[in-house]
Amino acid sequence: MIDRWQLWVVIAGLGLGSYAMRFVFMGLVGRRPLPEWALRHLRYTAVSIFPALVAPLVVWPEATGGTLDAPRGLAALAALAAGILTRNVFASMGAGALVLFAMLYWF
Amino acid sequence: MTLPTENATFWRGVVDGLPFVLVSAPFGVLFGVLATEGGLNLLEILSFSLVVVAGAAQFTALQLMLDNAPTIVVLASALAVNLRLVMYSAGLAPHLGGAPLKARLAAAYMLVDPVYALTAARYDAQPSMPMPLKVAYFFGTAAPVMIGWFASTLIGAALGTQIPEAYALDFALPIAFIAMAGPMMRTAAHMAAAFVAVVLALSLTWLPYGTGLLVAGLGGMLTGARVELMQRERITP
Repeated sequence: MIDRWQLWVVIAGLGLGSYAMRFVFMGLVGRRPLPEWALRHLRYTAVSIFPALVAPLVVWPEATGGTLDAPRGLAALAALAAGILTRNVFASMGAGALVLFAMLYWF
Repeated sequence: MTLPTENATFWRGVVDGLPFVLVSAPFGVLFGVLATEGGLNLLEILSFSLVVVAGAAQFTALQLMLDNAPTIVVLASALAVNLRLVMYSAGLAPHLGGAPLKARLAAAYMLVDPVYALTAARYDAQPSMPMPLKVAYFFGTAAPVMIGWFASTLIGAALGTQIPEAYALDFALPIAFIAMAGPMMRTAAHMAAAFVAVVLALSLTWLPYGTGLLVAGLGGMLTGARVELMQRERITP
């Protein structure tokens, strides 16, 4: 059971912190252009963070107690392949869901 | 060429943002369901989504609280997951930094992954877009995404514990993240960044409290930037 005090401290702290991170450049630093090297690194933020966040969830899924399983691994591969080939978010999600459900039904 | 009105640009943003409701809705529903299963009530779940407005961080915080992690660790890890928001803010600063303060205060609240992706792509394609239109487009994309996020959280909370385990809802999150990242792999630099980030993330799980994610993200960024430079030097010696 989550402690109620902790829950509200986390909600408030996470809310304030996230807002500050969203506001800092847009709000305070303003229109001053960022140097080229900074922009060059920023371009690769999402493309680095998302895979880094998802990789452990795929290789050690919580639902299986942390062991790699075929349905989830193959679903992830299908979603990735479809995403790269079609450049379409929905095709990617569809491919992943289809493979996941087909595999879970099968085994 | 005549410029479109602010109103038209806002609705253009709404139309562009609408499909992303389908992308974020599974996260929202999933958060509502998992939070209910974790013992949170409707007010607490909705407050979470209204105050924090960041799916990945909300999941991280929820998971760690269920694991009985200390409050400081919960906050540090979830905020680390959200560090990308600083970069989104910096990415939009050249475009929105000159907007009225009220607009920037409101925009900061709504700066989430799909809104950033849409607006950054639009501003890059059309850098000469006048400021009021950039602002209108931003809020246009944000409107459906925000409403969708709160509504889907509520639906998830209402569904609560009714979803059978056979649906493997646990894997909706990874699939959705992959679906967002896959189409971003436009160049060798993007692929190299993602690859290095994955390898680092998998080999650094022993680092405490999710700091491995930070190192992996940083490693991916450095790799992407480096590969981009190398490619450019090859084209223009």
